[in-house]
Amino acid sequence: MPNAIEVRGLVKNYGTLRAVDGIQFSVAAGSVFAFLGPNGAGKTTTTEILEGLRPKTAGDVRVLGLDPWTQGAELHQKIGVIPQDFRFFERITPAEGIEYYSALFGTHPDASAILSRVALSDKADARYDTLSGGQKQKMGLALALTNDPEICFLDEPTTGLDPAARRAIWEVIRSLKREGRTVFLTTHYLEEAEILADQVAIIHHGHIIATGTPSEIISAHGRPPRLRLAAGPDVAAFVQRTLGATATVENGYVEVVVHDKDESLRVLSAVQSSGLPWSSFTTEHDTLEDVFVRMVGRMDDGALKSEGAT
Amino acid sequence: MKFRRIGSDLKVVYLQYRRNPAALFFSFFFPILIVALFGYIFSGAGSAVTTVVVLNEDQNSPASVAFLAALNNTSVVQVQVVGGSSWTPSNFAAELGSAGASVGLIVPAGFQANYSAHTNVSLALFVNPTDAASAGTAEGAIQGVANGFNLHAADGRAIITIASIHNVGSQIYTYIDYLIPGLIGFTILTSPMFSMVDIAASYRKDGIFRELSLTPLTRSEWLTSHILWYIVLTFINAGIMIAFGVGVFSAHLSIGLGMIPFLLVGTFLFVSIGMLSGTVAKTPESAAIIGNIITFPMMFLSGTFFPVSSFPPWLQTVAHVLPLYYVIDGLDQAMLFGNWNRAALDLTIVLVIAVVVFVMAVRFFRWRDS
Ligand SMILES: Nc1ncnc2c1ncn2[C@@H]1O[C@H](COP(=O)(O)OP(=O)(O)OP(=O)(O)O)[C@@H](O)[C@H]1O
Ligand SMILES: [Mg+2]
Repeated sequence: MPNAIEVRGLVKNYGTLRAVDGIQFSVAAGSVFAFLGPNGAGKTTTTEILEGLRPKTAGDVRVLGLDPWTQGAELHQKIGVIPQDFRFFERITPAEGIEYYSALFGTHPDASAILSRVALSDKADARYDTLSGGQKQKMGLALALTNDPEICFLDEPTTGLDPAARRAIWEVIRSLKREGRTVFLTTHYLEEAEILADQVAIIHHGHIIATGTPSEIISAHGRPPRLRLAAGPDVAAFVQRTLGATATVENGYVEVVVHDKDESLRVLSAVQSSGLPWSSFTTEHDTLEDVFVRMVGRMDDGALKSEGAT
Repeated sequence: MKFRRIGSDLKVVYLQYRRNPAALFFSFFFPILIVALFGYIFSGAGSAVTTVVVLNEDQNSPASVAFLAALNNTSVVQVQVVGGSSWTPSNFAAELGSAGASVGLIVPAGFQANYSAHTNVSLALFVNPTDAASAGTAEGAIQGVANGFNLHAADGRAIITIASIHNVGSQIYTYIDYLIPGLIGFTILTSPMFSMVDIAASYRKDGIFRELSLTPLTRSEWLTSHILWYIVLTFINAGIMIAFGVGVFSAHLSIGLGMIPFLLVGTFLFVSIGMLSGTVAKTPESAAIIGNIITFPMMFLSGTFFPVSSFPPWLQTVAHVLPLYYVIDGLDQAMLFGNWNRAALDLTIVLVIAVVVFVMAVRFFRWRDS
């Protein structure tokens, strides 16, 4: 499958600040790509360059084979965008907004279908300035869908949404993928990326620090799975001594590193037959969020230390 | 340019506008209010002193100057001596009409010589028959001064006489007649200026231009729809003010096609100026300041509330550099005096400025920041 988005050596400077520092990635057509990173990492900057809203400083960017900055008019026919802080005409309703965009694009979407898809039917005729923050986001998403886009760029589409609304947007994103569209998503909700994304890239200080599927990133950068027992330190010592496993103790729990289910069973049966007291167990896997927090945190610690050293 | 896109943008502009109570007030109620207010204050007030516009053909000879001074001292008339190339005896009546004067007097060449020789010399008096009061006042005053001079020189023999009485134009122009074109000019200026400056600056700040840049709407289509919208508003405003001025204050206006080019081109000019001001400003606040600096002098000094010809000369010079002056003067020429040559010149000036400003506005106006 061809790539919908190709980025190579992308650099963006704001004056002396290098917001994006030579990043490289590609997004397969028809996939959901999640772009993650802490505040100020360069997500919006990159997204806006891909959308043709900002010129790049250097590098090569192709979106649907087009240069977003110089071929924006052609590209904009084929993409739908919700900016991070979507704003619209104060006194225009979602239904009117869809009608307006359809006329501009020359498309004929079913407005009520789009509105019910983003769960905004009840506010179809409410002026933008009377909508809540989450409803405004949904209106932005509705507008992004009026031109039947090949790629949807969604910059933090679920920020500020209640849990039910967030799940409604997830469902929209899944259906966009089912329809064969490409979705480029930025988010601070790591579980969202884990649930929705085929591919993830983590950007930090303008550098991509990890890419791959969520499980690839977790296995490459996360801790191994752990068996967590409600037990005392004597159990940890026993496991280490008899099985040679790595075990740590932490307020009333023992965590034993296990690489597969056979190893888990071996640990459990050994502990059970030892006669030492223990009550329950769970298995622990790193989530994308655990990995993210550890990677970003570690890099920031490193940065702080090297700053302190100079 | 696609009309479908201009049309759909126009609809959004209209909806935005219709749902804004302040904008509705300024477009529909404000014109009525301002015509009523100024019309009421000044109508019928008609100044107690009649101005007599005098063309002194006797090269300011002592006798003629003394005569005019005596006339001025009567306190029922005020003498305003005019000169310059545009005032000649042959077009005196027309010029009086353009200047809005209802009484004029020509002192002929040889006034002094004839008076000294006690040979008859006749003054030409121009009056507006519809303004009988002024005509009567002026004629009485002039006759009285002439009698005094005759008595002094030759025992009351009629040396100085009022020979011919000519009509000034066909109408008398009252304050309200000037007020209507002036106020139409006022709204042509203010209604696009105040809102375009704000729209240009706040749409950029709020990212609405960026949002629009993601659609096929082009900048010139967007500007066109706004120009069209303000033209519609201008026509509505002008219609309201004319109807109100004519209906309530009996303004004498010829409402013909002649005013239409000024409504079109004037609006085009001020939408473009508003757009340019809002575009070059960094923030909506500084845009408002730039807009006010441009708008306020024009609001008062372009003949909006008072005819520019009533200003002191230095202020008239200032007025002549303000684009709105040419819009209002053109409207005066078209709606009051039927002076088409001058109207065409005014229109050309406004059009040239408008095109220049429009090109600059399109040039500086950006959807996206670079
Ligand atoms: N217009 C601008 N001018 C100058 N600096 C900018 C501009 N926009 C962004 N920056 C800087 O560039 C860096 C990256 O910003 P960007 O908006 O891309 O971050 P982000 O990853 O989207 O963050 P967030 O999660 O908070 O939205 C930040 O340090 C920001 O301060
Ligand atoms: Mg951002």
